[in-house]
Amino acid sequence: MTTKAVPTPQPIFEKSRPGRIGCNMPKCDTPEVDLTFLGPLRETVEWPEIAELDLLRHFTNLSHLNYGIETGFYPLGSCTMKYNPKVNERAAIFPGFANIHPMQPERSVPGAIETIAQVQDILSELTGFPSLSMQPVAGAHGEMTCLMMIKAYNSARGEAARTVVLVPDSAHGTNPASAARCGYTVRTVPTDSQGNTDLAALRDAMGDDVAALMLTNPSTLGLFEPNIEEVCRLAHDAGAQVFCDGANMNAMVGMTRPADHGFDCMHLNLHKTFSTPHGGGGPGCGAIGVKPHLAPFLPSPVLMRKEGKAIVDHDRPLSIGRVSGYFGQFLMAVRALTYLLAYGRDGLPQISRHAVLNANYVQARLAGVLPAAYDRPCMHECVLTAAEYKKAGVRALDLSKRLIDHGFHPPTNYFPLIVPEAIMIEPTETEAKETLDAFCDALIAVCEEAVQDPGALTAAPTTQVVGRLDEAAAVKVLDIAWKSNRTAASV
Amino acid sequence: MNVPEDLQYTRTHEWVRIEGDTATIGITDHAQSELGDIVYVELPTPGRALAQDEGFTTVESVKTVSDVYAPAACEVVEANPALGAQAELLNTDPYGEGWLVKVRFTGDPPALLSADEYKSSLG
Repeated sequence: MTTKAVPTPQPIFEKSRPGRIGCNMPKCDTPEVDLTFLGPLRETVEWPEIAELDLLRHFTNLSHLNYGIETGFYPLGSCTMKYNPKVNERAAIFPGFANIHPMQPERSVPGAIETIAQVQDILSELTGFPSLSMQPVAGAHGEMTCLMMIKAYNSARGEAARTVVLVPDSAHGTNPASAARCGYTVRTVPTDSQGNTDLAALRDAMGDDVAALMLTNPSTLGLFEPNIEEVCRLAHDAGAQVFCDGANMNAMVGMTRPADHGFDCMHLNLHKTFSTPHGGGGPGCGAIGVKPHLAPFLPSPVLMRKEGKAIVDHDRPLSIGRVSGYFGQFLMAVRALTYLLAYGRDGLPQISRHAVLNANYVQARLAGVLPAAYDRPCMHECVLTAAEYKKAGVRALDLSKRLIDHGFHPPTNYFPLIVPEAIMIEPTETEAKETLDAFCDALIAVCEEAVQDPGALTAAPTTQVVGRLDEAAAVKVLDIAWKSNRTAASV
Repeated sequence: MNVPEDLQYTRTHEWVRIEGDTATIGITDHAQSELGDIVYVELPTPGRALAQDEGFTTVESVKTVSDVYAPAACEVVEANPALGAQAELLNTDPYGEGWLVKVRFTGDPPALLSADEYKSSLG
């Protein structure tokens, strides 16, 4: 292992030299207009003055510091950082898709409408929900849209007094946030000793004030909820709706359908399960699917089939209204359709089979150094605990930081919150056994080092352009702008 | 783990120092250690009435966001003014400078753990 740190890149502003230029601008051949009546916008403009080649090298070298799925293994639990095949991008830049305008009359874009309808058809078949909307542009947006629909549904049937949403203690933080954003009070449901929803506690928490239960299945512990039908029945008996957080759909594609488990509605992350771009804040797609009783409340307009033909239905008197412009991120639908058709109906279950196999392989290989939080087979991700290294003064975070020195992106740490020193690994289906082995070997070596030389871990990473960052200071003193008067010592 | 003998504790990792009819409440050394670097504390305003087990303070660390609970019905008398600018006092001095609130109990006194009982609850 190399221990040499990468030198800190010089900011482009410090490469600036007065008068140096990247290109010669032609002489102005239009009349000059005096804009001084606007007043000075700013005293000076400190743009770097730099030659084209130096500029090119600067940004190319910075790009080499990136770590992504195309440079290495990315086992970030709960994020499904799978490989997005390039053919998806090829389809998305077809001029017929890329060059249409969202304001074009619907009759001029039947291909785009049919494309969205085909994605909806397949997602409907995979989830069991007959009605869908592609409008939500993120997973949390999809969650919130489903809760808004549940609220509208309850109001329409005279059950507006249902003001509580139940959320398990293992849930993604977006669940209680979405519920609070919709004006609901959140009531927490504990997890039992096996990692499942505590049925007795759920029974106690249910009542005629409960609007909905939000449940992630498989749970954020990477475990399939074996009592899922009983959980849904308890909710329905109390008059509550059950929302499925589809963040973990990658474990179930073509294998089992949330609508069949008893859920009333769900969201899907196309940018996770269905292989559309993911990082950098999007654009995402948090498509939602609902059962018939919720369909009247779908965001308007609704793209649906009528006698087999894809149509856009604007006549939705009970709709909660639009939740985004047009049909959300259209090119996400193009990419997802490409991905789905490339696998084909018979190939799709392979996604989940391999995702689950890979996660169990990693869980089994690491069992000697990092035991699973719950000793049972996992689904598409495994949640391990590093609690035993605490006596050596080593935390899960230190193990993860040391993994960076071995060339791997760290797994998720400290989530779910109910697992002490959690390390959450989601390998996804697109990794070969050799890659999984190299990762496991590295993590085993790091765990051995934690016992023999804990200081090496708490000092890690030492091979990167920056060392251990002060996360608390980064939150409190946000300082990301270059300032010309800053001295080298204060940088 | 530092668990001072002269304080009382809750199972949810608050410490309580009772002096006459008021009590000072903070989070334990164990709690701050589990939370990691604390970056922000949202305190209640003095005068606010709290029910038993009500979350009255939100502590945000680089890892997570967590609530602090009232051990019994009480009224907030004072909130630690230093924490607005220096939330890290919860990490550096949880039993001293990092205290959260002073309260006056308004109902039944709280059922609290001794230092030994709290220590054994940590396992």
